[in-house]
Amino acid sequence: MDGIHDLELSRRGMMIGTAATAALPTIAMAEAPPPRPQPAPSMAQVSLEVNGKPQQLELDTRTTLLDTLREHLQLTGTKKGCDHGQCGACTVIVNGRRINSCLTLAVMHQGDKVTTIEGLGTPDHLHPMQAAFIKHDGYQCGYCTPGQICSAVSVLNEIKEGVPSHVSASLTDAPQPTNMEMRERMSGNICRCGAYSNIAEAMAEVAGAQA
Amino acid sequence: MKPFTYERATSVKDAAAKAAHTPGTKFIAGGTNLLDLMKLQIETPAHLIDVNGLGLDAIDATPEGGLRIGALVRNTDLASDMRVRRDYGLLSRALVAGASGQLRNKATTAGNLLQRTRCPYFYDTNQPCNKRQPGSGCAAIGGFSRPLGVIGTSEACIATHPSDMAVAMRALDATVETVKPDGTTRAIPIAQLHRLPGTTPHIETALEHGEFITAVTLPKPIGGTHIYHKVRDRASYAFALVSIAAVIQKDGTGRVAVGGIAPRPWRVEAAEAAMPRGATAVAKGLLAGAKPTHENAFKLTLVERTLAGVMAEARA
Repeated sequence: MDGIHDLELSRRGMMIGTAATAALPTIAMAEAPPPRPQPAPSMAQVSLEVNGKPQQLELDTRTTLLDTLREHLQLTGTKKGCDHGQCGACTVIVNGRRINSCLTLAVMHQGDKVTTIEGLGTPDHLHPMQAAFIKHDGYQCGYCTPGQICSAVSVLNEIKEGVPSHVSASLTDAPQPTNMEMRERMSGNICRCGAYSNIAEAMAEVAGAQA
Repeated sequence: MKPFTYERATSVKDAAAKAAHTPGTKFIAGGTNLLDLMKLQIETPAHLIDVNGLGLDAIDATPEGGLRIGALVRNTDLASDMRVRRDYGLLSRALVAGASGQLRNKATTAGNLLQRTRCPYFYDTNQPCNKRQPGSGCAAIGGFSRPLGVIGTSEACIATHPSDMAVAMRALDATVETVKPDGTTRAIPIAQLHRLPGTTPHIETALEHGEFITAVTLPKPIGGTHIYHKVRDRASYAFALVSIAAVIQKDGTGRVAVGGIAPRPWRVEAAEAAMPRGATAVAKGLLAGAKPTHENAFKLTLVERTLAGVMAEARA
């Protein structure tokens, strides 16, 4: 697959351009390190289903699911925040469960079904959680939002399936979608703008509609 | 990340043999800890064996009345299993006190046991670390040691084992089942799985090279009140400063394992005889021989007070 794609002038394109320009003086000043011998990359065939569409790729075995989505399938809705599983911006749903796509290799997902923010809803047909985030102002800058929404949708499923949490008073009773439960279960998604209270309200609305 | 070759395991025996005979091989299951370390080039395997396709994801009743937990059972599934919630509440509580929902959906039972320390100097490749680079020294001793170990540590290493799950398993007397590269099996009491650092902190477990964990078994339920109390710097998604895993019976007897203070889940069976006499007496036995730094001596007090709270909760 061709690595270069025609991108419309978007905020993303602008940011890439700006970052490259800003980095130039630093690169010019630094001495080029001597090249180190590296073993050759190992390639592997991977087929998986993303948002209902089968995909066949030949990838360096090192490629994370996150980089596969963003760099090979141009699904840039899923965001790279910390790239170490600490921020949750890369959260996607694989075979019905939310995971950090930065901490898993694409080759480990042969035959898996992946749902990203692009597969949950579209601008014309929003997922109820997307609509609720808009209604309740569940974001400011929006960078963590795709991960927050994928996580929020999964959290409501996990509560419905009876998965206990740290704040569940009883381990044997069915957990309820309370504010405390939402907050605890969403702790793997960080929002530096601090939209947490509105995210919890958006989730409460969707949970209420489901109940 | 350094380049690596990749294969999917077809059997436990083959995977163990191959790992023993192919230099630089690692097993990968959930990958949530290993890939993090590979990105930082703290782990640099040349070959990965993906063990996710091996089954090993069932939780079965044992003839002795306990449970056999497959190595690949995800943390979420173990915490949610109704038998675990009912009979081994301590384990369920410890699991949901750890990591985030996303991580628990991937992290496995065996992987959780084998995860590496979160000592900041182990993670910082610009610093000496005897665990990461044997013989290079320990920057944690005399450094930022507030989150690190107070007991079972050595002059070479004061890292802690970060798991919550393992602390509960230690209190429950779990056994780790393995297959060795020659195909033979053995059962390792969890108390003997994690080694103390001594002069070789890079050797962390009793496992042989290539030895494969297939399951963790729990003995039959022991009743009592199950409490896992984790003290940390934020209310969720943080490692323990101190955690207490306790099973307390109506007569005040019981078991206690402590997390966040040592290179392995810390339990001193002899100290448990003092449980009816209260937390101070138990903590004295549990923490005998502790060597805290000036930054983490507070953990000794914190263990005693957290235990006192747990014992009061059990009586209530």
